[in-house]
Amino acid sequence: MSLLDTSPINWATTGTLSPDWPGGYWLHWVVFTIIILVFVLAMVMGFIYIERRFVARIQSRLGPNRAGLFGLLQPVFDAIKVLVKEDIVPAGGDKLVHWWAPVVAFVPALMIFVVIPFQDGALLADLNIGILYVVAVGSVGMVGVFMAGWGSNNKYSVIGAMRAVAQIITYEIPLGLAIISVVLLSGSLSLNEIVNSQNIPFILLQPLGFLIYFVSACAELNRTPFDLLEADSEIVAGYHIEYSGMKFAIFYLAEYIEALAVSAIITALFLSGWRGPLLPPWLWFLIKVVVVFMFIVWVRGTIPRLRVDHAMALSWKFLLPVALLNLFITSIEVILWPLVLPWPIILLNLAIMVVLILLWSRFFKLGGGRVEV
Amino acid sequence: MLANYGNVGLFLVVAVLFAITTILLPVFLRYFRIVPHKPNPVKNSPYECGMETAGKTWVQFNFRYYFYALIFVALDVMVFFLYLFAVGLREIKIFGLIEIAVFVLVIAVGYIYAWKKKVLEWK
Repeated sequence: MSLLDTSPINWATTGTLSPDWPGGYWLHWVVFTIIILVFVLAMVMGFIYIERRFVARIQSRLGPNRAGLFGLLQPVFDAIKVLVKEDIVPAGGDKLVHWWAPVVAFVPALMIFVVIPFQDGALLADLNIGILYVVAVGSVGMVGVFMAGWGSNNKYSVIGAMRAVAQIITYEIPLGLAIISVVLLSGSLSLNEIVNSQNIPFILLQPLGFLIYFVSACAELNRTPFDLLEADSEIVAGYHIEYSGMKFAIFYLAEYIEALAVSAIITALFLSGWRGPLLPPWLWFLIKVVVVFMFIVWVRGTIPRLRVDHAMALSWKFLLPVALLNLFITSIEVILWPLVLPWPIILLNLAIMVVLILLWSRFFKLGGGRVEV
Repeated sequence: MLANYGNVGLFLVVAVLFAITTILLPVFLRYFRIVPHKPNPVKNSPYECGMETAGKTWVQFNFRYYFYALIFVALDVMVFFLYLFAVGLREIKIFGLIEIAVFVLVIAVGYIYAWKKKVLEWK
């Protein structure tokens, strides 16, 4: 019996869903490949528009509003513009690495969507290691970023690439630990079953886990509080400084696909995925994904960039030990009170979150002064 | 289950083809003179705020990164063992919890040692 098992659905007997959901094996594959590609491209277009308009509103500007109705066609025109730009490989750069880097950065970002459930059982491949697959594949994109920095024969690029690797390595561990605290509650690694076990969204049972995951995911996305690797004021544009035309567009696309993937994973892990009253499941999924993304954009528009030593210390000295403590507290809860009503546990976990954050922030101090990068 | 991995593999092929086609599209359009291609030495030089580039590029490496990488290897392996523990916790109960606590403690000793030795500071 799980901590939350109040519904009559028993996933031990239903087992994993068969891969031939709409029809045969090949039909299933073709349908979901098309769904994923269309979903990803349409949502990325939408996200670019949402981000530019929303950040503009935060900064008291209007944002793009000329191309089409309310500027809705702006991403389309941007895509056309970037398509007809000249492609430049810098002199002395490693040509092969320079050409392959966008592919290596782009493909893993797209591969994450293989295991994300759009509805109950509506996913390309219901792997029983779902979330582990996401963690494994998601970090491969970092190799592409490093290739881009290395192949460009540019000092700013190399610095940006080094920072990218250090940052992704640093935030990988709290990210994994936060996911494990969710896996403890659900007892399964498959994303579909994690969603199915959430009669109460895990954000209520794992408030600290959610915070840690959110911060780490923002760092993995290299978005503004953590955009050290493309800090405009320090290293111009970081790893994609020597990229132009379609190759730059692929990097840009990969960045937004990763943002979409993180929004979808947060939705599935913490916000009970496609589940919700009245509206159809896929619509709930879309609404939650967009809300999470707008939250990420809100953070980007509000918090200034961290300094490199602060970004490192936040993960190594705060997120990692707190995530470990949270993990053990959660596992004790799962063992001791498997059948108790969730409401006392929700209050308990909120209290634990506040106490841990307040206590642990006394253990270290972020120093001032100058720092060599 | 193997059929599912077949789906993943096929999707990987589609994703790689998609990325490669998108990148090669401007190369194709170049022959129709839609995409310009007029390289010259100034345009192709690496960007360094307008200055001539001096020295080699591929020599810079901050030694700090090396320490972080070392700690990362130890802790990341621990995280992957914890995944197995998390899935099986309902069966292994309190015995498994104590066992994994000892395992984490062993690695935590190293982590605390690194913290005390000021490896985690960025200087």
